[in-house]
Amino acid sequence: MFQPALVVALAALTATASAAGPIGNADPYPSTYHAIASTPVLLRHATVLTGTGERLDDSDLLMSDGRIVALGKDLEAPANATVIDATGKWVTPGIIDVHSHLGVYSSPGVDAHSDGNEMSSPVTPNVWAEHAIWPQDPGFEAALAGGVTSMQILPGSGNLIGGRGVTVKNVPSVTYQAMKFPGAPWGLKMACGENPKRVYGGKGGSPMTRMGNVAGYRAAFIEAQSYMRDWDKYMAGQAKAGSGEGKKKKKSDAKEAEDAPTRDLGKETLMGAMKGDIRVHIHCYRADEMAIMLDLAKEFGFKVAAFHHGVEAYKIADRLAAEGVCGALWADWWGFKMEALDGIQENIALVDRPVNGCAIVHSDSSEGIQRLNQEAAKVMAQSRRIGLDASPEHAIRWLTANPAKALGIESQTGTLEAGKMADVVVWNGTPFSVYAHAEKVFVDGALLYDRNDKARQPKSDFMLGLGVSP
Amino acid sequence: MKRILFALALVAGTAQAQDVLIRHATVHTAGSRGTLKNADVLVQGGIIRAVGANLAVPAGMRVFEAGGKPLTPGLFAGLSGIGLEEVSAESSTVDSSLGMGGKGPPQMRPEFDVTLAYNPASMIVPVARLGGLTFAGLSANSTDGGSLIAGQGGVVRLDGDPSAAMIGPRLLFINLGSGADGYSGGSRAGQYMLLDQAFREARGLTPYASPNALLTPAGRETMARYLAGGRIVCDVDRAADIRQLLEFSRKNGLHPIITGGAEAWKVAAQLKAANATVFIHPLQDLPSGFDQLGSRLDNAALLAKAGVRVGFLSPDATHNSRKIRQGAGNAVANGLPWEAGLAAITRVPAEALGVGDKVGRIEVGLNADLVLWDGDPLEVSTLATSVWMHGKAMPMRSRQTELLDRYLKAPGPLPRAYSE
Repeated sequence: MFQPALVVALAALTATASAAGPIGNADPYPSTYHAIASTPVLLRHATVLTGTGERLDDSDLLMSDGRIVALGKDLEAPANATVIDATGKWVTPGIIDVHSHLGVYSSPGVDAHSDGNEMSSPVTPNVWAEHAIWPQDPGFEAALAGGVTSMQILPGSGNLIGGRGVTVKNVPSVTYQAMKFPGAPWGLKMACGENPKRVYGGKGGSPMTRMGNVAGYRAAFIEAQSYMRDWDKYMAGQAKAGSGEGKKKKKSDAKEAEDAPTRDLGKETLMGAMKGDIRVHIHCYRADEMAIMLDLAKEFGFKVAAFHHGVEAYKIADRLAAEGVCGALWADWWGFKMEALDGIQENIALVDRPVNGCAIVHSDSSEGIQRLNQEAAKVMAQSRRIGLDASPEHAIRWLTANPAKALGIESQTGTLEAGKMADVVVWNGTPFSVYAHAEKVFVDGALLYDRNDKARQPKSDFMLGLGVSP
Repeated sequence: MKRILFALALVAGTAQAQDVLIRHATVHTAGSRGTLKNADVLVQGGIIRAVGANLAVPAGMRVFEAGGKPLTPGLFAGLSGIGLEEVSAESSTVDSSLGMGGKGPPQMRPEFDVTLAYNPASMIVPVARLGGLTFAGLSANSTDGGSLIAGQGGVVRLDGDPSAAMIGPRLLFINLGSGADGYSGGSRAGQYMLLDQAFREARGLTPYASPNALLTPAGRETMARYLAGGRIVCDVDRAADIRQLLEFSRKNGLHPIITGGAEAWKVAAQLKAANATVFIHPLQDLPSGFDQLGSRLDNAALLAKAGVRVGFLSPDATHNSRKIRQGAGNAVANGLPWEAGLAAITRVPAEALGVGDKVGRIEVGLNADLVLWDGDPLEVSTLATSVWMHGKAMPMRSRQTELLDRYLKAPGPLPRAYSE
């Protein structure tokens, strides 16, 4: 069952994953994440939802060295393994939330913690959410208790182009770099509709209308195209010189720096999106606006990874599936603004319905992220009612494999397959219930949360000292 | 007058639409009889007439076979803006808050009554009903230039009936703690100062023409009614503030209902001693602010264990108010007895808000506002399959189901706008 070859292949992929950082440079804010040391763990007799669409009854799962080693019956326990009888328990991949603002809109929600929207200009691809993450947000621990092992932290939706999002592993840490998911591509957050035009139009600025919104995206990408041409030309020249063509004398380093286009953080990000190194995540509610954004993506040659919130995604579910765009959606929120008026409880079910449909249950909320399993359960009930596939082995994909795909980390996590990161949740029963509890949460094979062991329940620095007085 | 009553009774008696015998249900009464397996509920004239096993079928009575499914009283939608707003972000559709604007001296308008703005035809009403919600406490709120005394609300039944929507007494809403700092000069201490001043005015201790008066003559009359024994609802989270409120209430002879209560578990004994009802947010476990540092998921369980009556609020006051059921389920998953979880969204709110003799339980003499479920009513994957209000089967349709019907089908030759 053990597949060392696959492990090596995955490790290699991590090392070479595109950085989309400054031209020619690695990420200047690199991940310092290291899996917490662990000994092998063998879960026995569990009901396993693999995230690949399979359900394994009475199955064992072995993890070792931070990776899934094997699934199946009667696995042999390595000598130093902790063996856990998981009879009656359900085991799933760690839950992944593609849309979180933990750390950038931290609890407590005081003014000083409002770090998610750089609303000084509607186009701010130069800002990075990761530079605002407060790792002491108690919401991280609460999300871990809900089985969330990875998440994308995004800028808010006040801007047309809000900045870069970052994918993190949900491990308690003093620095965000030590949470940063190794090798995960960045996200680019964009927003349709009401929010940007309310923020800027309300101040008498631009955008004031949806027309202004689209003009704003286009202007930004046109500038970035020009920037990309300059860099491509420069890099081609470098390659030519480097290859020694014509035996010309190599330029001095100083001259080289002089010839290089001036770096621009914002355009660098948009260029990364157009080159496919940065995943584009768009906050967009209405079906007609999603269609416009798909055209915008074609106009500038980028791909939309997912539409977030998309309460009307069900109206264009076939097109989203055909174009390989995920819908990152809520189970039931609706009506809080005009563009959310047509929300229906079957939205996720209908986005999931077509062949290649990619439905994701997301939170956008420090409360919702703790109970994504319950959100999925609500969707399953609606799916069943209208005769669509609502099996647990299928539905778990909305919380694991599909968000992993949207984030570009599907080769690493999101399913329980030999060689992948051992991001694993042991539930007290079916996870799709209001009574479900994540009992044990493993991140890269390390037990980081145990509902029955206080010593394995992390607590943010912020939560210390509250119960000191008698 | 007598003749009119008689006529009405006659109408009720012959109104077939309001007569039904629901048979073989698992009846969760939310009352003293607890859960009755394989029980029947007889409804005549919109009122529950009998609850028990093997009830006789009156001649001509419509029979609904429940097949053992759970039947509950219609659920509480929380303290809500249902019917007071359509789209939260569109101020032209929102009527739940009073903002008097301007900078002048503070003024309080307890006479503000949001129930006058209630729209029974709101598109949110059928959506809420499909979630099994049949009554809501309309709450008054303040915006810029408003006051910590937000105004009055009351309970409505969500049957869309314009004439009979309002039931029960008016409620006075008061906001305390850091959320109301803006109405009290930036300090929560100022809240008691202002309340004390307003109470004095209402008691006639301050001449009408005195400078800095907070209340209008109508406001004084309104406040005086509540001081004489009306229902006051105070929103407060921090344990110290709850203690302060209880002490302030004791001095003033008030018995407030407490909402929010994030740290109520810390003062459970005092709340029990004051015989208070506390409406909490059962999903609140994060320190959302410095008033909520002690938030925890077993708040409801701890309060109930101490003998405090616990009701629930919905995480969303209006559009997604159906999420209140999920909150109740989570409280149960965190230690609250199941029956108390159901009571917290049925009997407890009905009694606390003064409508316990009409709704909130399945008991003889109460309105037949009933919901049949396809599973455990507190489970998220359970759906309401039938809703009766006043004994009348409600259409299981809303704007949302009509959108679904339109987009569920494969597209035809004509645009979907031509579908029903």
